[in-house]
Amino acid sequence: MCGIVGLQLRDADLRPRLGALVSDMLVCLTERGPDSAGLALYADDLPAACVRYSVRADAADVDWSRLVGALEDELGEVVDVSHTYGSSAVLASRADDAAVLDGLARLLPSAVVVGYGHALEIFKDVGAPSEITERFRAATRGGYQAVGHTRMATESAVTTGGSHPFSPVADLCLVHNGSFSNYATVRRRLADAGASFDTENDSEVAARHIARNLADGAALGDALRLVLDDLDGFFTLLVTTATEFAVVRDPFACKPAVIAEHDRYVAMASEYHALAGLPGIDDADVFEPMPEEVHVWSR
Amino acid sequence: MVTLSCADLSTREVNAALAALPDGGHAVVTEPRGRHNLAVGLTNEITVDIAGNAGYFIGGLCDGPDVTVDGFVGWSIGENLMRGTIRVRGDASECAGASSHGGTIVIEGDASLRAGISLKGGTVLIGGDAGNMAGFMAQAGTMLIGGDAGDGLGDSLYEAVIYVGGRIASLGADARVEELTADDVTAVKELLALAGFDHVDPLGVTRVASARELYHFDSVAHRVP
Repeated sequence: MCGIVGLQLRDADLRPRLGALVSDMLVCLTERGPDSAGLALYADDLPAACVRYSVRADAADVDWSRLVGALEDELGEVVDVSHTYGSSAVLASRADDAAVLDGLARLLPSAVVVGYGHALEIFKDVGAPSEITERFRAATRGGYQAVGHTRMATESAVTTGGSHPFSPVADLCLVHNGSFSNYATVRRRLADAGASFDTENDSEVAARHIARNLADGAALGDALRLVLDDLDGFFTLLVTTATEFAVVRDPFACKPAVIAEHDRYVAMASEYHALAGLPGIDDADVFEPMPEEVHVWSR
Repeated sequence: MVTLSCADLSTREVNAALAALPDGGHAVVTEPRGRHNLAVGLTNEITVDIAGNAGYFIGGLCDGPDVTVDGFVGWSIGENLMRGTIRVRGDASECAGASSHGGTIVIEGDASLRAGISLKGGTVLIGGDAGNMAGFMAQAGTMLIGGDAGDGLGDSLYEAVIYVGGRIASLGADARVEELTADDVTAVKELLALAGFDHVDPLGVTRVASARELYHFDSVAHRVP
Protein backbone atom coordinates (compact mmCIF):
# COMPACT_ATOMS: atom_id res chain seq x y z
CA MET A 1 0.00 0.00 0.00
CA CYS A 2 1.62 3.30 1.23
CA GLY A 3 -0.24 6.38 2.39
CA ILE A 4 -0.02 9.91 1.06
CA VAL A 5 -1.16 13.18 2.60
CA GLY A 6 -0.75 16.78 1.50
CA LEU A 7 -1.97 20.21 2.44
CA GLN A 8 -1.68 23.56 0.69
CA LEU A 9 -2.95 26.35 2.90
CA ARG A 10 -4.97 29.25 1.53
CA ASP A 11 -5.69 30.84 4.91
CA ALA A 12 -2.55 32.30 6.49
CA ASP A 13 -4.11 31.89 9.94
CA LEU A 14 -3.62 28.12 9.61
CA ARG A 15 0.13 28.39 8.91
CA PRO A 16 1.33 27.98 12.49
CA ARG A 17 -0.69 24.72 12.64
CA LEU A 18 0.62 23.23 9.37
CA GLY A 19 2.99 20.71 10.96
CA ALA A 20 0.43 19.60 13.54
CA LEU A 21 -2.33 19.19 10.95
CA VAL A 22 -0.21 17.21 8.51
CA SER A 23 1.31 15.05 11.27
CA ASP A 24 -2.17 14.02 12.41
CA MET A 25 -3.16 13.28 8.82
CA LEU A 26 -0.08 11.10 8.31
CA VAL A 27 -0.45 9.17 11.57
CA CYS A 28 -4.04 8.39 10.50
CA LEU A 29 -2.66 6.40 7.56
CA THR A 30 -0.14 4.33 9.54
CA GLU A 31 -1.95 1.09 8.63
CA ARG A 32 -1.24 1.73 4.96
CA GLY A 33 2.48 1.22 5.51
CA PRO A 34 4.31 1.57 8.76
CA ASP A 35 7.89 0.82 7.68
CA SER A 36 9.14 4.33 6.87
CA ALA A 37 7.71 7.81 6.88
CA GLY A 38 8.59 11.30 5.80
CA LEU A 39 7.32 14.84 5.66
CA ALA A 40 8.11 17.84 3.50
CA LEU A 41 7.29 21.30 4.80
CA TYR A 42 7.31 24.47 2.74
CA ALA A 43 7.79 27.79 4.53
CA ASP A 44 8.60 31.26 3.25
CA ASP A 45 10.46 32.48 6.31
CA LEU A 46 13.92 32.63 4.73
CA PRO A 47 15.38 35.88 3.32
CA ALA A 48 15.50 36.08 -0.47
CA ALA A 49 18.27 34.10 -2.19
CA CYS A 50 18.74 31.94 0.89
CA VAL A 51 18.47 28.15 0.45
CA ARG A 52 17.86 25.54 3.14
CA TYR A 53 19.40 22.08 3.02
CA SER A 54 17.89 19.09 4.77
CA VAL A 55 20.92 16.95 5.55
CA ARG A 56 21.10 13.45 6.92
CA ALA A 57 24.42 12.03 8.02
CA ASP A 58 24.79 8.29 8.21
CA ALA A 59 27.10 8.73 11.18
CA ALA A 60 26.48 9.13 14.89
CA ASP A 61 27.63 12.19 16.86
CA VAL A 62 27.98 14.64 14.02
CA ASP A 63 29.41 17.92 15.33
CA TRP A 64 27.17 20.20 13.31
CA SER A 65 28.68 23.46 14.58
CA ARG A 66 32.17 22.32 13.61
CA LEU A 67 30.94 21.18 10.20
CA VAL A 68 29.18 24.48 9.62
CA GLY A 69 32.32 26.39 10.63
CA ALA A 70 34.38 24.46 8.09
CA LEU A 71 31.69 24.99 5.45
CA GLU A 72 31.60 28.76 6.12
CA ASP A 73 35.41 28.92 5.77
CA GLU A 74 35.17 27.24 2.39
CA LEU A 75 32.21 29.19 1.06
CA GLY A 76 33.04 32.58 2.56
CA GLU A 77 29.34 32.86 3.43
CA VAL A 78 27.32 32.41 6.62
CA VAL A 79 25.72 29.01 7.12
CA ASP A 80 22.97 28.81 9.74
CA VAL A 81 21.84 25.65 11.48
CA SER A 82 18.10 26.07 11.81
CA HIS A 83 17.35 22.65 13.33
CA THR A 84 19.25 19.56 14.37
CA TYR A 85 17.68 16.19 15.03
CA GLY A 86 20.52 13.86 16.06
CA SER A 87 22.20 12.84 12.86
CA SER A 88 19.98 15.12 10.75
CA ALA A 89 20.09 18.88 10.43
CA VAL A 90 18.66 21.73 8.43
CA LEU A 91 21.22 24.27 7.24
CA ALA A 92 20.58 27.56 5.47
CA SER A 93 22.89 29.75 3.44
CA ARG A 94 22.99 32.40 0.72
CA ALA A 95 25.99 30.71 -0.88
CA ASP A 96 25.67 29.19 -4.35
CA ASP A 97 23.77 25.92 -3.95
CA ALA A 98 26.15 23.88 -6.10
CA ALA A 99 29.06 25.03 -3.90
CA VAL A 100 27.18 24.14 -0.71
CA LEU A 101 26.27 20.68 -2.01
CA ASP A 102 29.86 20.11 -3.12
CA GLY A 103 31.28 21.37 0.19
CA LEU A 104 28.96 19.16 2.21
CA ALA A 105 29.88 16.10 0.17
CA ARG A 106 33.59 16.67 0.86
CA LEU A 107 33.44 17.77 4.52
CA LEU A 108 30.87 15.16 5.59
CA PRO A 109 31.19 12.21 3.20
CA SER A 110 28.33 10.35 4.90
CA ALA A 111 25.99 13.30 4.30
CA VAL A 112 22.94 12.89 2.13
CA VAL A 113 21.00 16.01 1.19
CA VAL A 114 17.44 14.67 1.26
CA GLY A 115 16.03 17.92 -0.06
CA TYR A 116 16.88 21.56 -0.55
CA GLY A 117 15.32 24.75 -1.77
CA HIS A 118 14.29 28.21 -0.74
CA ALA A 119 11.08 26.91 0.83
CA LEU A 120 11.43 23.14 1.22
CA GLU A 121 12.52 21.13 4.22
CA ILE A 122 12.33 17.31 4.30
CA PHE A 123 12.71 14.80 7.07
CA LYS A 124 12.26 11.10 6.52
CA ASP A 125 13.46 7.86 8.01
CA VAL A 126 12.71 4.23 8.70
CA GLY A 127 9.97 3.96 11.30
CA ALA A 128 6.27 4.50 11.85
CA PRO A 129 4.73 7.93 11.16
CA SER A 130 4.27 8.73 14.86
CA GLU A 131 7.97 8.00 15.55
CA ILE A 132 9.15 10.11 12.64
CA THR A 133 6.87 13.08 13.29
CA GLU A 134 7.87 13.10 16.97
CA ARG A 135 11.59 12.72 16.27
CA PHE A 136 11.50 15.73 13.97
CA ARG A 137 9.09 17.72 16.20
CA ALA A 138 6.88 18.20 13.15
CA ALA A 139 3.83 19.30 15.13
CA THR A 140 5.68 22.44 16.27
CA ARG A 141 6.43 23.58 12.72
CA GLY A 142 4.58 26.08 10.59
CA GLY A 143 4.54 26.78 6.88
CA TYR A 144 2.24 27.08 3.90
CA GLN A 145 2.39 23.66 2.27
CA ALA A 146 3.18 20.13 3.40
CA VAL A 147 3.43 16.62 2.01
CA GLY A 148 3.65 13.36 3.93
CA HIS A 149 4.17 9.70 3.13
CA THR A 150 4.08 6.45 5.02
CA ARG A 151 5.63 3.52 3.23
CA MET A 152 5.02 -0.14 2.70
CA ALA A 153 8.08 -1.02 0.65
CA THR A 154 7.63 -3.08 -2.50
CA GLU A 155 10.15 -2.09 -5.16
CA SER A 156 13.22 -1.38 -3.03
CA ALA A 157 14.55 -2.04 0.46
CA VAL A 158 13.35 -0.45 3.68
CA THR A 159 16.02 2.22 4.06
CA THR A 160 16.05 5.92 4.81
CA GLY A 161 17.05 6.54 1.21
CA GLY A 162 14.13 4.50 -0.04
CA SER A 163 11.64 6.41 2.08
CA HIS A 164 9.61 9.29 0.68
CA PRO A 165 9.41 12.21 -0.15
CA PHE A 166 11.85 12.30 -3.07
CA SER A 167 13.29 15.69 -3.90
CA PRO A 168 15.79 15.55 -6.76
CA VAL A 169 15.99 19.30 -7.38
CA ALA A 170 15.34 22.47 -5.42
CA ASP A 171 11.83 22.77 -3.97
CA LEU A 172 10.43 19.81 -5.94
CA CYS A 173 8.91 17.02 -3.90
CA LEU A 174 7.21 13.76 -4.90
CA VAL A 175 5.38 11.11 -2.92
CA HIS A 176 4.04 7.95 -4.53
CA ASN A 177 1.57 5.25 -3.63
CA GLY A 178 1.92 2.27 -5.93
CA SER A 179 4.64 0.65 -7.97
CA PHE A 180 6.06 1.29 -11.41
CA SER A 181 6.67 -1.74 -13.61
CA ASN A 182 8.98 -0.26 -16.28
CA TYR A 183 11.07 1.99 -14.05
CA ALA A 184 14.36 0.22 -14.81
CA THR A 185 13.92 1.06 -18.50
CA VAL A 186 13.01 4.67 -17.77
CA ARG A 187 15.92 4.96 -15.33
CA ARG A 188 18.38 3.74 -18.01
CA ARG A 189 16.95 6.27 -20.45
CA LEU A 190 17.29 9.11 -17.92
CA ALA A 191 20.79 7.95 -16.95
CA ASP A 192 21.82 7.92 -20.62
CA ALA A 193 20.64 11.54 -20.74
CA GLY A 194 22.85 12.42 -17.77
CA ALA A 195 20.71 11.84 -14.69
CA SER A 196 22.25 10.24 -11.61
CA PHE A 197 20.29 8.27 -9.03
CA ASP A 198 20.69 8.02 -5.26
CA THR A 199 18.66 4.83 -4.73
CA GLU A 200 17.24 1.72 -6.38
CA ASN A 201 13.74 3.04 -5.72
CA ASP A 202 11.08 3.20 -8.45
CA SER A 203 9.57 6.43 -7.13
CA GLU A 204 12.92 8.23 -7.45
CA VAL A 205 12.73 7.49 -11.19
CA ALA A 206 9.38 9.28 -11.41
CA ALA A 207 10.76 12.22 -9.41
CA ARG A 208 13.76 12.55 -11.73
CA HIS A 209 11.57 12.10 -14.81
CA ILE A 210 9.44 15.05 -13.66
CA ALA A 211 12.53 17.09 -12.69
CA ARG A 212 13.99 16.54 -16.16
CA ASN A 213 10.84 17.73 -17.91
CA LEU A 214 10.49 20.75 -15.61
CA ALA A 215 14.13 21.63 -16.37
CA ASP A 216 13.29 21.36 -20.07
CA GLY A 217 10.58 23.97 -19.58
CA ALA A 218 7.44 21.87 -19.06
CA ALA A 219 4.75 23.17 -16.73
CA LEU A 220 4.13 20.87 -13.75
CA GLY A 221 0.81 19.62 -15.16
CA ASP A 222 2.47 18.74 -18.46
CA ALA A 223 5.33 17.00 -16.64
CA LEU A 224 2.73 14.79 -14.95
CA ARG A 225 1.08 14.05 -18.32
CA LEU A 226 4.51 12.93 -19.55
CA VAL A 227 4.65 10.52 -16.59
CA LEU A 228 1.40 9.02 -17.90
CA ASP A 229 3.07 8.64 -21.32
CA ASP A 230 6.30 7.05 -20.13
CA LEU A 231 5.79 5.24 -16.82
CA ASP A 232 3.71 2.08 -16.57
CA GLY A 233 2.29 0.79 -13.33
CA PHE A 234 0.10 1.70 -10.42
CA PHE A 235 0.39 5.17 -9.04
CA THR A 236 -1.17 8.00 -7.23
CA LEU A 237 1.39 10.81 -7.20
CA LEU A 238 1.34 14.01 -5.18
CA VAL A 239 3.95 16.39 -6.54
CA THR A 240 4.70 19.84 -5.16
CA THR A 241 6.89 22.81 -6.03
CA ALA A 242 7.33 26.02 -4.08
CA THR A 243 4.10 27.29 -5.63
CA GLU A 244 2.16 24.27 -6.88
CA PHE A 245 0.40 21.21 -5.52
CA ALA A 246 -0.51 18.52 -8.06
CA VAL A 247 -2.12 15.07 -8.11
CA VAL A 248 -2.30 12.39 -10.81
CA ARG A 249 -3.54 8.78 -10.84
CA ASP A 250 -2.72 5.93 -13.20
CA PRO A 251 -5.12 4.98 -16.04
CA PHE A 252 -6.80 2.31 -13.90
CA ALA A 253 -6.94 4.39 -10.69
CA CYS A 254 -5.50 1.40 -8.86
CA LYS A 255 -4.43 3.47 -5.87
CA PRO A 256 -6.77 5.68 -3.91
CA ALA A 257 -6.86 9.45 -3.63
CA VAL A 258 -9.31 11.84 -2.01
CA ILE A 259 -9.13 15.61 -2.38
CA ALA A 260 -10.81 18.20 -0.18
CA GLU A 261 -11.05 21.76 -1.46
CA HIS A 262 -11.94 24.36 1.11
CA ASP A 263 -11.71 28.15 1.26
CA ARG A 264 -8.90 27.70 3.77
CA TYR A 265 -6.91 24.88 2.07
CA VAL A 266 -6.55 22.19 -0.54
CA ALA A 267 -5.91 18.82 1.05
CA MET A 268 -5.22 15.38 -0.38
CA ALA A 269 -5.01 11.97 1.28
CA SER A 270 -5.08 8.32 0.29
CA GLU A 271 -8.14 7.81 2.50
CA TYR A 272 -10.84 10.21 3.63
CA HIS A 273 -10.45 9.61 7.36
CA ALA A 274 -7.07 11.35 7.19
CA LEU A 275 -8.92 14.48 6.07
CA ALA A 276 -11.79 14.14 8.53
CA GLY A 277 -9.97 16.04 11.28
CA LEU A 278 -9.22 19.12 9.19
CA PRO A 279 -10.93 22.34 10.27
CA GLY A 280 -14.23 22.88 8.47
CA ILE A 281 -14.00 19.59 6.55
CA ASP A 282 -17.79 19.28 6.45
CA ASP A 283 -17.90 22.45 4.32
CA ALA A 284 -15.18 21.24 1.92
CA ASP A 285 -15.78 19.96 -1.60
CA VAL A 286 -14.57 16.37 -1.25
CA PHE A 287 -13.94 14.37 -4.43
CA GLU A 288 -11.79 11.69 -5.98
CA PRO A 289 -9.60 12.54 -8.97
CA MET A 290 -10.44 10.27 -11.89
CA PRO A 291 -7.83 8.17 -13.73
CA GLU A 292 -5.33 10.17 -15.79
CA GLU A 293 -6.77 13.49 -14.61
CA VAL A 294 -4.06 15.97 -13.68
CA HIS A 295 -5.06 18.40 -10.94
CA VAL A 296 -2.81 21.36 -10.18
CA TRP A 297 -3.39 24.06 -7.56
CA SER A 298 -1.21 27.17 -7.40
CA ARG A 299 -0.82 29.33 -4.36
CA MET B 1 -32.34 1.88 19.86
CA VAL B 2 -28.62 1.75 20.63
CA THR B 3 -26.20 4.59 19.88
CA LEU B 4 -22.59 3.65 19.26
CA SER B 5 -20.10 6.50 18.87
CA CYS B 6 -16.93 5.92 16.86
CA ALA B 7 -15.40 8.73 18.91
CA ASP B 8 -15.53 6.45 21.97
CA LEU B 9 -15.40 2.93 20.55
CA SER B 10 -12.94 0.97 18.43
CA THR B 11 -14.19 -0.62 15.23
CA ARG B 12 -14.14 -4.04 16.91
CA GLU B 13 -16.22 -2.71 19.80
CA VAL B 14 -18.78 -1.19 17.42
CA ASN B 15 -19.04 -4.40 15.41
CA ALA B 16 -19.25 -6.60 18.52
CA ALA B 17 -22.07 -4.44 19.89
CA LEU B 18 -23.91 -4.65 16.57
CA ALA B 19 -23.46 -8.43 16.38
CA ALA B 20 -24.89 -8.80 19.90
CA LEU B 21 -28.21 -7.13 19.01
CA PRO B 22 -31.27 -9.39 18.66
CA ASP B 23 -33.12 -9.59 15.34
CA GLY B 24 -35.27 -6.50 14.90
CA GLY B 25 -32.74 -4.35 16.79
CA HIS B 26 -31.77 -0.87 15.69
CA ALA B 27 -28.44 0.90 16.14
CA VAL B 28 -27.13 4.31 15.15
CA VAL B 29 -23.38 4.59 14.63
CA THR B 30 -22.30 8.19 15.17
CA GLU B 31 -19.16 10.14 14.24
CA PRO B 32 -17.87 7.58 11.73
CA ARG B 33 -15.51 10.19 10.21
CA GLY B 34 -14.40 7.87 7.43
CA ARG B 35 -13.93 4.82 9.68
CA HIS B 36 -13.33 1.55 7.80
CA ASN B 37 -14.96 -1.85 8.36
CA LEU B 38 -18.10 -0.69 10.15
CA ALA B 39 -21.02 -3.16 10.31
CA VAL B 40 -19.10 -6.04 8.75
CA GLY B 41 -19.82 -9.73 9.16
CA LEU B 42 -23.24 -9.27 10.79
CA THR B 43 -25.64 -12.20 10.57
CA ASN B 44 -28.53 -10.71 12.54
CA GLU B 45 -31.52 -8.99 10.97
CA ILE B 46 -31.00 -5.56 12.43
CA THR B 47 -31.12 -1.99 11.16
CA VAL B 48 -27.91 0.03 11.30
CA ASP B 49 -27.78 3.74 10.53
CA ILE B 50 -24.31 5.16 10.06
CA ALA B 51 -24.62 8.89 10.67
CA GLY B 52 -21.97 10.36 8.40
CA ASN B 53 -19.22 9.59 5.91
CA ALA B 54 -17.67 6.16 6.24
CA GLY B 55 -14.59 4.37 4.93
CA TYR B 56 -13.80 1.06 3.26
CA PHE B 57 -15.69 -2.27 3.33
CA ILE B 58 -18.82 -0.93 5.06
CA GLY B 59 -21.36 -3.75 5.48
CA GLY B 60 -19.00 -6.29 3.95
CA LEU B 61 -19.64 -10.02 4.46
CA CYS B 62 -23.04 -9.36 6.01
CA ASP B 63 -25.87 -11.90 5.95
CA GLY B 64 -29.04 -10.19 7.07
CA PRO B 65 -28.89 -6.59 8.27
CA ASP B 66 -30.12 -3.40 6.61
CA VAL B 67 -27.36 -0.80 6.76
CA THR B 68 -27.73 2.84 5.71
CA VAL B 69 -24.87 5.31 5.42
CA ASP B 70 -25.93 8.95 5.58
CA GLY B 71 -22.93 10.23 3.66
CA PHE B 72 -20.31 8.99 1.22
CA VAL B 73 -18.24 5.83 1.51
CA GLY B 74 -14.77 4.67 0.48
CA TRP B 75 -13.79 1.56 -1.44
CA SER B 76 -15.64 -1.76 -1.51
CA ILE B 77 -18.99 -0.98 0.08
CA GLY B 78 -20.79 -4.28 0.73
CA GLU B 79 -17.94 -6.45 -0.48
CA ASN B 80 -18.99 -10.08 -0.44
CA LEU B 81 -22.48 -9.24 0.84
CA MET B 82 -24.54 -12.41 1.26
CA ARG B 83 -27.99 -11.08 2.24
CA GLY B 84 -29.50 -7.82 3.46
CA THR B 85 -29.50 -4.26 2.16
CA ILE B 86 -26.86 -1.55 2.19
CA ARG B 87 -27.89 1.96 1.19
CA VAL B 88 -25.47 4.85 0.67
CA ARG B 89 -27.09 8.29 0.58
CA GLY B 90 -24.05 9.84 -1.08
CA ASP B 91 -21.35 8.64 -3.47
CA ALA B 92 -19.36 5.43 -3.27
CA SER B 93 -15.69 5.00 -4.18
CA GLU B 94 -14.22 2.08 -6.11
CA CYS B 95 -15.35 -1.55 -6.19
CA ALA B 96 -18.86 -1.02 -4.81
CA GLY B 97 -20.48 -4.38 -4.17
CA ALA B 98 -17.40 -6.33 -5.22
CA SER B 99 -18.04 -10.09 -5.22
CA SER B 100 -21.40 -9.76 -3.48
CA HIS B 101 -23.31 -13.05 -3.55
CA GLY B 102 -26.73 -11.76 -2.56
CA GLY B 103 -28.55 -8.86 -1.00
CA THR B 104 -28.91 -5.37 -2.42
CA ILE B 105 -26.55 -2.44 -2.47
CA VAL B 106 -28.12 0.93 -3.27
CA ILE B 107 -25.93 3.93 -4.02
CA GLU B 108 -28.02 7.06 -4.35
CA GLY B 109 -25.14 9.12 -5.73
CA ASP B 110 -22.35 8.12 -8.12
CA ALA B 111 -20.14 5.06 -7.93
CA SER B 112 -16.47 5.22 -8.90
CA LEU B 113 -14.52 2.63 -10.91
CA ARG B 114 -15.16 -1.12 -10.98
CA ALA B 115 -18.58 -1.07 -9.31
CA GLY B 116 -19.96 -4.61 -9.23
CA ILE B 117 -16.60 -6.18 -10.03
CA SER B 118 -16.83 -9.98 -9.86
CA LEU B 119 -20.49 -9.80 -8.83
CA LYS B 120 -21.61 -13.29 -7.80
CA GLY B 121 -25.37 -12.93 -7.49
CA GLY B 122 -25.91 -9.67 -5.62
CA THR B 123 -27.82 -6.64 -6.82
CA VAL B 124 -26.04 -3.29 -7.22
CA LEU B 125 -28.26 -0.26 -7.90
CA ILE B 126 -26.58 3.08 -8.62
CA GLY B 127 -28.69 6.21 -8.91
CA GLY B 128 -26.03 8.35 -10.54
CA ASP B 129 -23.10 7.60 -12.81
CA ALA B 130 -20.70 4.67 -12.63
CA GLY B 131 -16.97 4.95 -13.37
CA ASN B 132 -14.91 2.85 -15.75
CA MET B 133 -15.00 -0.94 -15.77
CA ALA B 134 -18.34 -1.33 -14.00
CA GLY B 135 -19.41 -4.97 -13.85
CA PHE B 136 -15.91 -6.24 -14.67
CA MET B 137 -16.03 -10.06 -14.74
CA ALA B 138 -19.44 -10.09 -13.07
CA GLN B 139 -20.57 -13.69 -12.89
CA ALA B 140 -24.16 -13.50 -11.69
CA GLY B 141 -26.57 -10.91 -10.38
CA THR B 142 -27.90 -7.59 -11.61
CA MET B 143 -26.61 -4.05 -11.86
CA LEU B 144 -28.57 -0.93 -12.62
CA ILE B 145 -26.83 2.35 -13.40
CA GLY B 146 -29.31 5.21 -13.40
CA GLY B 147 -26.90 7.70 -14.96
CA ASP B 148 -24.02 7.24 -17.36
CA ALA B 149 -21.55 4.35 -17.47
CA GLY B 150 -17.82 4.90 -18.03
CA ASP B 151 -15.42 3.06 -20.32
CA GLY B 152 -15.15 -0.70 -20.47
CA LEU B 153 -18.64 -1.45 -19.16
CA GLY B 154 -19.20 -5.14 -18.49
CA ASP B 155 -15.75 -6.29 -19.56
CA SER B 156 -15.56 -10.11 -19.52
CA LEU B 157 -19.11 -10.53 -18.24
CA TYR B 158 -20.47 -13.97 -17.46
CA GLU B 159 -24.15 -14.32 -16.51
CA ALA B 160 -24.75 -10.94 -14.85
CA VAL B 161 -26.95 -8.36 -16.57
CA ILE B 162 -26.41 -4.60 -16.47
CA TYR B 163 -29.11 -2.00 -17.14
CA VAL B 164 -28.00 1.55 -17.92
CA GLY B 165 -30.32 4.56 -17.86
CA GLY B 166 -27.88 7.05 -19.37
CA ARG B 167 -25.09 6.90 -21.91
CA ILE B 168 -22.40 4.23 -22.11
CA ALA B 169 -18.91 5.61 -22.82
CA SER B 170 -17.75 2.24 -24.17
CA LEU B 171 -18.37 -1.46 -23.74
CA GLY B 172 -15.68 -3.78 -22.44
CA ALA B 173 -14.46 -6.92 -24.16
CA ASP B 174 -17.24 -9.44 -24.79
CA ALA B 175 -20.02 -7.14 -23.55
CA ARG B 176 -22.86 -6.31 -25.92
CA VAL B 177 -26.10 -4.36 -25.96
CA GLU B 178 -29.12 -6.64 -26.17
CA GLU B 179 -32.75 -6.01 -26.97
CA LEU B 180 -34.84 -4.96 -23.99
CA THR B 181 -37.63 -7.50 -23.44
CA ALA B 182 -40.88 -7.13 -21.53
CA ASP B 183 -39.33 -9.26 -18.79
CA ASP B 184 -36.42 -6.80 -18.60
CA VAL B 185 -38.80 -3.86 -18.22
CA THR B 186 -40.63 -5.68 -15.42
CA ALA B 187 -37.31 -6.49 -13.74
CA VAL B 188 -36.12 -2.87 -14.02
CA LYS B 189 -39.39 -1.58 -12.56
CA GLU B 190 -38.88 -3.87 -9.58
CA LEU B 191 -35.27 -2.76 -9.16
CA LEU B 192 -36.26 0.91 -9.31
CA ALA B 193 -38.96 0.34 -6.71
CA LEU B 194 -36.45 -1.51 -4.51
CA ALA B 195 -34.00 1.38 -4.77
CA GLY B 196 -36.64 4.09 -4.51
CA PHE B 197 -35.38 5.68 -7.74
CA ASP B 198 -37.94 7.65 -9.72
CA HIS B 199 -35.59 9.33 -12.20
CA VAL B 200 -35.05 6.35 -14.53
CA ASP B 201 -37.45 5.35 -17.34
CA PRO B 202 -37.70 1.53 -17.28
CA LEU B 203 -38.54 1.52 -20.98
CA GLY B 204 -35.51 3.65 -21.81
CA VAL B 205 -32.71 1.61 -20.23
CA THR B 206 -30.03 -0.24 -22.18
CA ARG B 207 -29.49 -3.92 -21.44
CA VAL B 208 -25.87 -5.08 -21.47
CA ALA B 209 -24.94 -8.75 -21.20
CA SER B 210 -22.20 -11.15 -22.26
CA ALA B 211 -21.67 -11.78 -25.98
CA ARG B 212 -20.24 -15.17 -24.93
CA GLU B 213 -17.29 -14.93 -27.29
CA LEU B 214 -14.85 -15.23 -24.40
CA TYR B 215 -17.11 -17.02 -21.96
CA HIS B 216 -18.12 -20.55 -22.90
CA PHE B 217 -17.68 -23.88 -21.22
CA ASP B 218 -18.80 -26.06 -24.11
CA SER B 219 -15.66 -28.16 -24.34
CA VAL B 220 -17.17 -30.50 -26.92
CA ALA B 221 -17.95 -27.71 -29.37
CA HIS B 222 -14.46 -26.29 -29.00
CA ARG B 223 -12.56 -29.59 -29.07
CA VAL B 224 -9.65 -29.68 -31.47
CA PRO B 225 -10.31 -32.62 -33.77
